[in-house]
Order: sequence, then structure tokens, then C-alpha cells
Amino acid sequence: MDAAVTVTDLVVDRGHRRVLDGLSTTVPPGQVTGLLGPSGSGKTTLMRAVVGVQVVRSGTVTVLGEPAGSPALRSRVGYVTQAPSVYADLTVRENARYFAALHGRGAKEADAAVAAVGLAAAAGQLVEDLSGGQRGRASLACALVGEPEVLVLDEPTVGLDPVLRVELWERFHALAAAGATLLVSSHVMDEAARCDRLLLLRDGALLADATPAEVRAEAGTDDLEDAFLRLIRAREEVAA
Amino acid sequence: MTTAAPARLSPRLTAATTGRVLRQLRHDHRTIAMMLVLPSLLLGLLALLWADVPAPPGQPSTFDRVGLTMLGIFPFVVMFLVTSIAMLRERTSGTLERLLTTPQSRLDLLLGYGTAFGLAAAAQAVITVTVAVTLYDLDIAGPLPLVVLIAVADAVLGVALGLLASAFARSEFQAVQFMPVVVLPQFFLCGLLVPREQMAGWLQAVSDVLPLTYAVDALQELGSSPAATGRMWADVGVVTGAALLALALAAATLRRRTS
Repeated sequence: MDAAVTVTDLVVDRGHRRVLDGLSTTVPPGQVTGLLGPSGSGKTTLMRAVVGVQVVRSGTVTVLGEPAGSPALRSRVGYVTQAPSVYADLTVRENARYFAALHGRGAKEADAAVAAVGLAAAAGQLVEDLSGGQRGRASLACALVGEPEVLVLDEPTVGLDPVLRVELWERFHALAAAGATLLVSSHVMDEAARCDRLLLLRDGALLADATPAEVRAEAGTDDLEDAFLRLIRAREEVAA
Repeated sequence: MTTAAPARLSPRLTAATTGRVLRQLRHDHRTIAMMLVLPSLLLGLLALLWADVPAPPGQPSTFDRVGLTMLGIFPFVVMFLVTSIAMLRERTSGTLERLLTTPQSRLDLLLGYGTAFGLAAAAQAVITVTVAVTLYDLDIAGPLPLVVLIAVADAVLGVALGLLASAFARSEFQAVQFMPVVVLPQFFLCGLLVPREQMAGWLQAVSDVLPLTYAVDALQELGSSPAATGRMWADVGVVTGAALLALALAAATLRRRTS
């Protein structure tokens, strides 16, 4: 099966800093791919390149066979930024209905998306009156409503109650089972174990691009946190 | 797939944004109240200011001349400020970046803003014009609906220039200061403070290329003529054309990809 996202030799500079340095990878379709790495490792920049809002220095990003950000992709790719990007002065329902309209969907789909993130009871509340976690979920609902084939989620579970986090991950897998491709960033290792595939990013380069089982096997430990640590040390020894 | 072809003008997507901006306004009662009432109050202050000043013989009273012009300047200034702040909020909240990843084109977004604030300006103008002619006895020879129409055209011009200016503002401080930069020179040179024919030649030339000049000229035409004149329609055409040009420029300066 063709990859949903193909990144080839991607180089991105921000200011004078090289954020991504010749990164290449593929994201398989119909799976949840986790993008892990510390803050500043280039996760958000890579995601922005995938949705086509990042100025890139060189390299290519292809999504569903089209160059990232091309007009044909805008109804097929959904993006949720790390900071909730919804209108604070609108209700949850009004936000969802607006983004539904932009994707040619109706009020029914909007209400379903709001319910899917567990905000049905808060649908009539202004976003500015919600908690941080609820705002994040409202933002997620606005991406789900377009039923995108590729869903790019930047740290969607930050600050969430553990029960809700589990529920959201179950939803991500349900979406993948229905054929969607998800690229989800996180810096929480217990979420890494929930992914079908892992990309470990450090200082703008990939340390690992494998399934969780392969990462564990390569590092010789069952604990993913420990496995990543060993991979980082191994890489540093090679460099030294 | 039920979605329309992306990156093309779509009245449906423009209307979605218009509806969204109006819904945001609806939740903000104080802004609505200020938008609808403030111009009438300020006009009342002007009426009081000139109430006891006798009109020069054979000429309209100063309030008739200034008040009429203000009916065009209020919506221009208010909508310029409101839109440049609204657009800056879209940028800083991340919603702009998100919108740029949806099928909505950049011009759809900007036209949506223009339509929403144009409608708000229409409500504002109806109230201000009604109050002006009933309460303050503002003397307007021409038909009042045309005064409202010109006020709306001025508001749309303000929206378009506000959207364009916001592209150059990195912070709220900068955005607010674009108001004097864009608005005051147009106000000084529009012919209200000094008749255009008495200005130095080069200032007149500058005044000729500033759109607010034509907005004020259109209103002055209605002040003295009982019906629409050709010159008035030409003025309205210039104002509308300038607004569309500014919208197109604003769309062109709206970068989808940023570093």
C-alpha cells in the first residue's frame, strides 16, 4: 500500500536555526503514527510541513500523492495545532458548525463531532468559559468534523484527564480502523505504546522509525522510555 | 466527497465566514451597543458644538457640512479598527493558520469579513442617519437611503484597508497605530478641513489618490442635490473599486506558508 505521507530530505530553517536537517520518512495509511521527541525537537515543524503551512528550505513532502498544502488536499487533511485554535468568543457548537460549513458538512455532522470528543453537555458554552482540556477537545472536534483522510494532531492530549486520554486514543484507533491516517505528536511515553508506528525525533533528525515492538527489540528493553534513552546514547556514542 | 473545489471563490464559504463573524459580534453585547450608538452620540456633540454659531450668509451651516461628512467617516474609522484587531486575533489565536488549511480560499475569508462588517455598518448607518435628521436637524438634500449606501461603501473600504494593514502588524500595539497612519492623512486631505481647491497643488494631487476623498465628495453631492448625481455614482465607484483592490492586495499578502 502506498504511504499516506512521504517526506524526502526535508530541510527547514527557522531564523538562523536548522530545525529539520534532511529528514526522510513515510507514514503508512490507516494507522496511528506517533511523533515523539522533546520540546524543540522539530515535531511541530514537521507537522506544519505535512499540512503545508511551513516554509521549507529544500526537500519534498507528499500527502496522498499530492504536494503538501496543495488545494486538492485541503478537504482531505485535518490539522489540530498544539494551542487550541478555535474562536473563544463562540460556543463549542458554533465553532464546530463553522468548520463543518467550511468542509461542506452540516449541523448534524458538527453535533456528532462535538459529541465524539465528549463535549455534548458543553456544546452551548462559550469556548472562553471552558477549561484548557475542554478547549483542546473543542479544537479537535473542529478537525474531526471534516472527516479528513489524514489527521495531523499536535499534542492533542496535553492536560487531559487520564480517562479522557484513553477515550481519545480509542477514538484515534477507531478512525484509523475506518481508514484514516493519523500523525499524532506527544511527549508522553505511555502514549507511544499506543501507536502503531513511532517516529522518534531529536534535534531535527530521526532516531527511530519503527513499530513499538521493533523499538523495544532493537534497544533490548520492554520499557519504551528506557528504549529511547538507550537509542539516544547509542547514537551519541557513534557520533563521538 | 461533497466538498466543493477548493481555492476558488465560493459564495457558500464566504457566507459561512460572514455568519461566523456576525455570531462573534452577537456574543459581544457591548461592542454591538458601541457600534450602533456611539456615532449618534458623537454627532450629537458636534451638533451642540455648532448650535449657536451662525451660518455664513448663503451657505449651509457648518454642522450640516461637517455632520454629513462624519456620516461617512465614522463607519470608515470604526470598521478599520475593528477589522484590523479581528484579523490580528485570527493570527495570534492560530485560527488563521487553521483556516488556511481548509478548502476556504483567502479571498473567501476576506470577503466574508467585508460582508459581515458591511452589514454591521448598514445597521449603524441607518441609526446614525435617522438620529441625525430627526434629533439634530441635519439638513440633507439628497435621498437618505443613498447616504446609508455611501456609509456602507465607506465601511467596506475601512474593512478592506484594515485587513490589508493587519498584514503588516505584528502586535496589537502596531495594529492600533496603523489607524492614524492610514486614517488621519485621508481625513486631513479629504476636503473637510480645507476645501480641496484651496490646497497646495501637490497636496491636491495626493488627495486625488486617497479613496476617502471620494467618499466625502459623494456625501457632499447628496448634501446639495435632491437626487443622485453622476458624480456621486462615480465617487461611489471609486470607493468600491479601492475597497476591492485593497481586499485583493490583502489576500495576496496573506501568506499560507510561514516560517
